[in-house]
Amino acid sequence: MKLREVKEILDANIIVGEEKLDMEVSTAFGADLMSDVLAFAKAGSLLLTGLTNPQVVKTAASRNIAAIILVRGKEPSSEAIDMAKELKIPILTTKYILFETSGILYSKGIVGCLKKVESDFYK
Amino acid sequence: MNPAVNESDSILNQYSFEVEGGNFNAAGTVSTRIKSLLKQNGLSDDVVRKSAIVSYEAEINIVSYARKGTINLIVTSHAVVIEVVDEGPGIPNIELAMEQGYSTANQQIREMGFGAGMGLHNIKSYSDKFDISSEVDKGTFLKMIIARNNSKKD
Repeated sequence: MKLREVKEILDANIIVGEEKLDMEVSTAFGADLMSDVLAFAKAGSLLLTGLTNPQVVKTAASRNIAAIILVRGKEPSSEAIDMAKELKIPILTTKYILFETSGILYSKGIVGCLKKVESDFYK
Repeated sequence: MNPAVNESDSILNQYSFEVEGGNFNAAGTVSTRIKSLLKQNGLSDDVVRKSAIVSYEAEINIVSYARKGTINLIVTSHAVVIEVVDEGPGIPNIELAMEQGYSTANQQIREMGFGAGMGLHNIKSYSDKFDISSEVDKGTFLKMIIARNNSKKD
């Protein structure tokens, strides 16, 4: 699915990265904990989160995230916008809550970047 | 741990970075640099990914808790070695600090999406070899080794 279609089905606004709307995406990861983004998010996935600070953008860049979708109507801080422009990571905002955002994307064929964590991860 | 990884591997490249404690705006800068240097060194996506994860968490820890710290990056013929030395409060009980979910993070750290007691656990999980030592009121030392023989794609 193109990022443009993600934007449409989530009734989202694009804050940064208008020029990347034709990018293809097929997987996503949702979390408000950046340590979990580092640990589990896969390159090329969408990141669904309610955190809006520049650290989210840096963490996303570290994991080669395709685009950040801020859920629950959150707006990015100006520092996060600047960081996203610098690191060339699109930011979209949607008023849907995380659960609904995930469900809408899943129903249209976007799947999790992994199904389950490995059973020995927390050992 | 792959037995091929050992201290006597020939060093191909080494780098050193300073990290300023308390500078949350800069947090992540060094690990971003490490990631791009490792790519330039031609390491596999999997090794770059693991190195980026462990160095990111370690950098967040220095910024969050220490006065300052140094991250050394050593690329050898068989591994990436990341050493982290900080000047800070140290860790009184390492076993407790290693437990997932245990954290002494303040509100500022938690607002950034860290401080949930996953950092050291992630570092250990994504290292092929992990050593930690600490002295209260002096600082903490971490050493992570990531073997190069895994060519799994990111």
